[in-house]
Parts: sequence; structure tokens; C-alpha cells
Amino acid sequence: MTATPDTRVPWDRWDAPAEDWMLSGECPAGTERTLLLELAARILFPTVLVFSLYLLLVGHYGPGGGFSGGLVAGLAFVLRHIAGGGSDGAQIGARIKVRPPVLVGIGLAVAVVTALVPAAFGAPVLASVKVGFHLPLLGDIEIVSSLALDIGVYLLIIGVVLDLLRSLGSGIERDAREATSDQTGAA
Amino acid sequence: MTTLSLAMAAVVAVLYSVGFYLLLQRSLMRVLLGVVVLGHGANLLLQLAGGPPGRPPILDGSTDTAGMADPLPQALALTAVVITFAMTTYLLALGYRSWVLVGHDEVQDDLEDRRIARRRTVKASMGEELVDRGDEAGVDPGSAAASDDPVAQAPAGDRT
Amino acid sequence: MTASMLPALPVLLPLLGAAATVVAGRSAWAQRAIGITVLSAVAAVAVVLLVMADRGGPVVAEIGGWPAPVGIVLIADRLSALLLLISTVVTLAVLVYAIDQRIVDYGRRTASTTFHPIFLVLSAGVSLAYLTGDLFSLFVAFEIMLAASYVLITRRTDATRIRSGMTYVIISLASSLLFLTTVALVYAATGTVNLADLATRVAELPTGLQTVLAMLVVVTFGIKAAIVPLHFWLPDSYPNAPAPVTALFAGLLTKVGIYALLRTRTLIFPEGHPSTLLLVLAAVTMIVGVLGALAQNDLNRLLSFLLVSHIGFMIFGLAVSDAQGVAGTALYVVHHITVQATLFLVSGLITRRTGTVSIDAMGGLAKRAPLLAVLFAIPALTLAGVPPTSGFVAKLALLQAGADNGPGTAVVAGVVVLASLLTLYAVVRVWVRVFWGEPKEPLPDPDPHDDLVVGTARTSMPMYAASAALVVVSLAIAVAAGPLSGITSRAGDDLVDRTPYRTAVLGNGGAP
Repeated sequence: MTATPDTRVPWDRWDAPAEDWMLSGECPAGTERTLLLELAARILFPTVLVFSLYLLLVGHYGPGGGFSGGLVAGLAFVLRHIAGGGSDGAQIGARIKVRPPVLVGIGLAVAVVTALVPAAFGAPVLASVKVGFHLPLLGDIEIVSSLALDIGVYLLIIGVVLDLLRSLGSGIERDAREATSDQTGAA
Repeated sequence: MTTLSLAMAAVVAVLYSVGFYLLLQRSLMRVLLGVVVLGHGANLLLQLAGGPPGRPPILDGSTDTAGMADPLPQALALTAVVITFAMTTYLLALGYRSWVLVGHDEVQDDLEDRRIARRRTVKASMGEELVDRGDEAGVDPGSAAASDDPVAQAPAGDRT
Repeated sequence: MTASMLPALPVLLPLLGAAATVVAGRSAWAQRAIGITVLSAVAAVAVVLLVMADRGGPVVAEIGGWPAPVGIVLIADRLSALLLLISTVVTLAVLVYAIDQRIVDYGRRTASTTFHPIFLVLSAGVSLAYLTGDLFSLFVAFEIMLAASYVLITRRTDATRIRSGMTYVIISLASSLLFLTTVALVYAATGTVNLADLATRVAELPTGLQTVLAMLVVVTFGIKAAIVPLHFWLPDSYPNAPAPVTALFAGLLTKVGIYALLRTRTLIFPEGHPSTLLLVLAAVTMIVGVLGALAQNDLNRLLSFLLVSHIGFMIFGLAVSDAQGVAGTALYVVHHITVQATLFLVSGLITRRTGTVSIDAMGGLAKRAPLLAVLFAIPALTLAGVPPTSGFVAKLALLQAGADNGPGTAVVAGVVVLASLLTLYAVVRVWVRVFWGEPKEPLPDPDPHDDLVVGTARTSMPMYAASAALVVVSLAIAVAAGPLSGITSRAGDDLVDRTPYRTAVLGNGGAP
């Protein structure tokens, strides 16, 4: 990983990019690179992730919610896969250490536990409560307990999208590559 | 009881007919498109069930709900959209698997049905039992279908 | 812990278990333990629900605390609690069988990130379908169940299975979209999707509209339940799946369709007199199914056609549509879930021993596997309805209902007897050809590393034990026929009366 410097940054290098701006060196086949898309993906990726979190948080009253937030976050990963992956989609797997099925499992568990918790307090299953409090600078904040359910769905959807990218994205590319290498090997 | 605008009814009708037509095709990709189109049609129908479009949403604090949009069909359609999304990805994966395994993504006939039909006609015409056990003993019926086709054998990988 | 959360547990526990098995994706033992624990817990909850529903009326859970016509309710009355119990018991036995088959085929340490979670998700979908009191949730339940079944039927595919899987998936998708259309039309006509509320609202609609909606419901669930002429997908798709998957599908999925038909027909579209259409469908289904079975040489396909035939028996009780008939159908569903799953499990054992699914290539198995001969004979005779098995009890209930309701139903009751005799002929012929005669050598397995259970000749004790346990359950149904038919006849009264259900969901006598 390039982003973990173990020495202090020299003073004249403090504003240099902490890691390579392009995903150079990670695409074996230079012809498959699209410079413009890589650059755009680099800028858009964090932005879209933040936007997905926004959608997740406002979902109770505004348009958004766990599912759409998760899908938007998933789209960020799809964009990155298309731009940076090219022929090597392992990129996403390398950066994200958690396996996609585990993400799906955790998301589902969070959602189901959220459904069950109210029953422990004698309320109906899936009942929700509002918690309002005042924060300095931010003003009055109201959090609904069903946000936890949304977070579970959010994680689940991201996990599903990542799993799709792994199996149908890089998996298909790997199959295709192996098929062509088999053919050339046979010939 | 809500009345339906003619344009919307026509759109639903077109979506349903296109969807079912595609659903009846052999190629799984067309079936997939059919499912998507049909899903859109069903969701549109679900939306129309909630009343005419363009109404304001339910507002907090107001008690007069007469002119407001019915939120329930929207919630139902949202759920249905999620389900259609899942089915679409599943069908894509299935189509790809089929392409890897048998070289195409066409929905095939059932071999056992054909075998029984053939046995019946031969028996009727010749008056004696057709003996063609050799090719079917032990071999799973239907796998002969694959042997007719050029099998594009790519390594399967460990995907789900 | 309150009583009002109990109906939610059979849905939420398997989902939680599914999540846990995914997270524990590397430990095969943890996955097995979670699966068995969760399903046992669901079975226990189902017992509690059944006792509560039988003593004190339907148990209702309002999801999120929203009251009935607006919110989603889960409701366990006698029928749904009973079916939930028997389904969970069968699912548990199938899981044990499947686990052991996986151990035999892949070794003790092989975990799977798909099989166990999907299995539990399927179970959650089935539970939701039984318990929901809401038409749209029923759609969601079907989708959960079917999506899981798509994955199970196309896992580890080869060319054969992908063909049969496609047929199954496309037909199911078409019926699901039809279901969604039905929901939309029902909502457009009535403004509600709550089943109890619909019972009132649909009755206020014009007769023509009622008929259209009722027909849509029959077609939608008819595809799921495989009623002739909507059955053609079933014998094409089920036989090619692995034995436990086929057993689960044959035991549960079609019966959930029957349950949905039973619930909607009695609650929303009651006719009050025998339905001619359903009577004809029942008769045709029984005869076409069993004749199709007689033409088969493939053991699994034969059993699939018998499954179709016996769907007709259940439709018959529903068609009679008085309390007696509905009770007969309920009893028949309970009996048939058990016995059909058992038959497919045992058929899996047979094909593993003989190395073929072709009945012609089998023979003389009784000497090599006497236990297998007994395990196949008992559920086969039960299916045919030989006294004193549970099949006899269930068929008797149906025949009584048919005999008491005029000449039309009496004729179809005659068809029931005929179909039973033909079933007996079919299964006895299979038994004789498979277990008697000249022994034939087991064929070598062409590919030992797929789920396709052809000729591995490898079986293990727990697989027999799971099958035997289901045989015992079906025998227990016959032994406990008295109390059981008590429950089903009370359930039938409730279903035809409709008041207990509507009062439990809506309060004040079901008035809107």
C-alpha cells in the first residue's frame, strides 16, 4: 500500500500527493486504460461515497434511505471498477479487506437485530423511537432508531454490489483472459 | 375507485405486451429484457393504482388528505423495484453461466419429454417396443443436449 | 419477550441465522450448528404458536406498532401455525440430510457461503408466506422464497441443470409478475392490501370485477402450485436438482402456493358452494399427473408427476369449499409435505446406490439395501393412501367432504379414488422394478464432484436417519390423526367462518 508512509514527510514535499494520482502500474494492458475516466473516477469516488452517506442519513424524512444510499455507494465502486479495474478488477478486493459476503452478512444481521431489539423493550417488532438532542453548532438533531435498519440495508447493498463486481465483473474478465491464454497456449 | 388516464393505460398495455412477447423468446437475454419491461409495466400499474400523478405528498401536521398522493403504492413499487433489480442481476448471472457451460443462453427443450414422445410414435408405428436403452442407462437424461452443442469450456471459477 | 413478537420470530430467526452463516463463512461446523439451531428454534416457536392459536385464537403481531389496515400484520391462526410447524420439521430433516450429503461429497471441512444462508433465507420466505396477513407481503414472501430457490436449483450447474433451471426461473418470474399485477389491480379496486380488510372490501365490488380478480389469483397461485394445465414446468425442473433441494421444493414450495390459494379463496373470494372450475381443475390435475407418472422411466420425474397429481387432491378439498373440504385440504397438505419430501430424499439415496435415475437400469436393490426398500415402501404406500397410513386419513377426510356436497363433488370424489388407485399402481410398480428382480451392478459416477447424485454409491447413516425421521413423522401423523384432524377441522371452521381471522386482525368484528 502506497498510502502508509513510515517516515516523516520532508518539509518541501508536504503538499505532494500522498499516493500516486493515477492508478498507474495497476493496469497490465496499457491499451485498456482511459485516462479521462481514471481521473474522473478518482475525483468522483469519495464525493459519491459522501453523497451516499448523505442519502442514508436523510432517508427517514427526505428522499434517500439505506437502499438508495447503498446503491449510490455501490455505483461509486462500479465506477472505480470500470476506470481502475479495466482488466484487473482485483483492485477493489485489494483495497477493501472485508469480503463482500461478510459485508452482506453483517448488514443483514444489523437489520434483523434492529427489528428484534424493540421486542426486548416490550414494543412491537420493528417499532422505532425518535431521539432528539441539541448539539452546539449543528442545532437540533433528531435521530430515528430505524436508522440502524437503514445502515444494515446500506451495508447489505454495498456488499451485494461488490460481490457482483467480484463475480460478474472481475470474474468474467478472468475467465475471458484465461480462455484467451489457453487458446494461445494451445496454438 | 380511481379513473385512469388513457395514455397511461396505453403505456401499461404496451409494456405488458412487449414484456410478455420478450418473455416468450428463446434467448435468455431477451427474456431478461422482457422481465425488466414487464416489471416496469407492473410498477407503473401499481403507481396508477394510487391515483393520478402530480399530487403533493403527505405533509406532517395536515389532516386533509383528500388531494394528496397515496404513499402506499409508492412504497410497494419501491419494494417491487428492488425485487426486479435482484431478479435482473440473477438472470444476468444465469445467462452468463449458461453461455460458459453450453455456449449459448437459449432455453432448451426437455429431452425426456421428447424421448417419451418419440417412443410413443415409434411404438405405434412398428407395434413393438423400441429398444434404445443403451444411450440412456446411467446417463442423466437431457445431458445429450449438451453433447450436440459446441461446449465453450471456460474455467468456471468459484463464483456463486 | 411478549406474545406479540412470536409470529415475527419464524421470519426473523432464519434471516439472522442466514446472516450468521455468511459471516461464519469459513467454518463449516459453525454453519451447520447455526442452521440446525435456528430451524429447531423456529419449530419450537411454531409449536407454541399452534398451541396458542388453538386455545386462544389467532396470534397477531403488528409490525412497527402500526394497526392493521395500514400497517403490516403477521398472523398465526391454526392453519398457518400447523403448516409452519410441519414445514419447519421437514426443512430441518432436509437440512440434516443435505449437510450429510455435503459431508459425504466434499468432506467435513468444506464450508459454503451460499448453501446454508440461502437455505435459511428460503425457510424465512416460507415462514413469511404462512404468517403474513397482507397481500403484498405475501408477494414479498414468494419472492424471497423463489429467489432462494433459483439459487439452490442452479448452484453448481452443469449443462442439464442450467436448462431445467432456466425453465423454472422463467416460469416463476412470469407468475411473480402476474402476482404483482394482481396486487396492483386489487389495490386499485379496493384501496387496501390487508387480507382481512380485503375480505370486506372485495365483497363490495361488482361481481364481474370480483371474478376477474379471483381468476387472476387462481392463475397466479395455480402456476406456483402446479395445477394442470399450469404444471408443465414442474416435472421439467425439479428432477434435475440435487435430492435435498428437490425434496425441499416438492415438500414446501408447491404447498405454499396451495396455502396462498386456500387463504385467499376462503378469506377474500368465498363462494359458499362448490366451485365448478376448481372441481374440474382438481379432477384433471389428479388424472393427468398420475398418467404422466405412469409414462415415466426416470424415478425423479415419476415422483414429480405424482406430486402434480396430488396437488389435485388438495385443490379438490378447496373446491368443495365448505368447512369439511377446507379441513380435508389442510390435513392433506400436512400429510403430503412430509411424504413427498421423504420420497424425494429416499429417491436420492436410491440413485446414489444404483448410479442411475432410470428405473429400467435398477433392480434387485432389496437384497443389497433392505433398509432402503422399507424406507421407500412406507412413504410410497402412504402417498397412495393405503390404510392405516396418514394418506388414508387425509384422503378419507377429502372423500367425506366430497360425498356430502352433492352429485358434482361426489363424481370428483370418485376421481380421487381412481387417482389413488393409479398412484398405488404407479408406486408399487416402481417398488417392484427397483427392489425386486435381477440385481444390477451400480454404475460408476461420471463425475464425483458435482451435486448430481448419480452413482456415487456413497451414503451415510445420518442421510438414512433423516429420511427415516421423516417416515416416522408421517407415521406419527397417522397415529395422531385424531387430535390432528381436530385441529384441522377447527381450522376449517375458522377459515370458512372468516370472523376469527378478521376480528384478530382488525378488531370489532372486522368492520372497517
